[in-house]
Amino acid sequence: MVQPLDHQPETPSQTAGPYVHIGLMPTYAGNAGYYDQEIGVSPISDGAQGEVIEIVGSVYDGTGWALRDALIESWQADSAGKFPGQDGADPAVSGHCRFAADAVTGEFTLRTVKPGRVPSRYGRAFAPHISLWVVARGINIGLQTRIYFEDEDNEGDPLLSRIEQRPRVDTLIARKIGDGKYRFDIRLQGEGETVFLDI
Amino acid sequence: MTDLGPLIPRNREMHPEPYWPDYKTSVARSPNQPLLSLESGPSEETGPTFGHSRFGALDNNLILNWTKGAAPAVGERILMHGRVLDENNRAVPNTLVEIWQANAGGRYRHKKDTYLAPLDPNFGGCGRTLTDENGYYQFLTIRPGAYPWPNRGNDWRPMHIHISVFGHSFGQRLITQMYFEGDPLIPLCPIAATIRNRSQLDRLVAPLDMAHSRRLDFLAYKFDIVLRGRRQTMFENKLEGM
Repeated sequence: MVQPLDHQPETPSQTAGPYVHIGLMPTYAGNAGYYDQEIGVSPISDGAQGEVIEIVGSVYDGTGWALRDALIESWQADSAGKFPGQDGADPAVSGHCRFAADAVTGEFTLRTVKPGRVPSRYGRAFAPHISLWVVARGINIGLQTRIYFEDEDNEGDPLLSRIEQRPRVDTLIARKIGDGKYRFDIRLQGEGETVFLDI
Repeated sequence: MTDLGPLIPRNREMHPEPYWPDYKTSVARSPNQPLLSLESGPSEETGPTFGHSRFGALDNNLILNWTKGAAPAVGERILMHGRVLDENNRAVPNTLVEIWQANAGGRYRHKKDTYLAPLDPNFGGCGRTLTDENGYYQFLTIRPGAYPWPNRGNDWRPMHIHISVFGHSFGQRLITQMYFEGDPLIPLCPIAATIRNRSQLDRLVAPLDMAHSRRLDFLAYKFDIVLRGRRQTMFENKLEGM
């Protein structure tokens, strides 16, 4: 026998299921009225500094069908690269948003400010990015990925540079489709599969 | 700011299989390619916080919150309670815990749920709370019913409550489900079976907790939740590779 470790494993995940919206986005699910203020309605409030942008996209399954029931959360730094809670962070940026694939079209929209570069523990900065966490029926553990931007300098980003198959880097880069507008699609499986993270 | 170190990497052996043919929807929704494993950075080690001011008195009372206290929900009254801890056995205080569930007949208040069991006009099925300074949380609710669902020929979900937890950083984000001690449907459920490690599945089964039940009122079930911890070494930022 050896001494026991003072450590216990993480609780296992289970799928969020088909009815996740009644729990996390009750107004969206048609059940308004529980709360005065819901969680993650917008990552920014009036007066947020920086460029306000809109990102649209869909979450596709392995057959190419856009999920109508995906729920996504985002987390990001402010336009200066500071996360909420850090010294000097923009008080108008909560950094966190919840949004859903539309029940009819499957398209989601995230309206936020473009984040700044974020320093890493080892000096090299991360290019501007937004972290995503995707859950839905049939997804047994939430999928983590990131949105980068095609009109930013992504050279040397510590995460993107670790992707061996260079064409797959494109799956993490939002395409500019207009002034302050970007498109970012997530492919869960198969051709063009998004790089998902274990981080 | 003190550097608490990176998050302890997830041990995916302890989590469900993403691809699990008996749970049919997972077949086209699970990645084929391996995940890209990296050490966490600021994007994963920071996370949203939610102030007490936004929470209402009935937010964690699902028996009353749909009607704002006008009439109680139908069902077996239960207290669901426990602690949120991290892998280092430290309490996770002031963190958001959200739950959602079916009513006592096994029906969700959702447009897409067309099960025969009726909606309860006095039950919504959604609640939230913050853990206290010791990581403790509690919800007053009713025990949800089991229900059939379209998957294989005749699949039924065991009684369960969905739980979403934040922790203090975005990399700790977790959604899971709480099952109930003694439910004979647990071993038959293809969603529960996505967790191949039997002792891990047992950690999702809440025991009946008579010591916390209240006479002539409610039964209690205890459910602790463990989130990822941080590596926390006193040598952080000193020696590369330490």
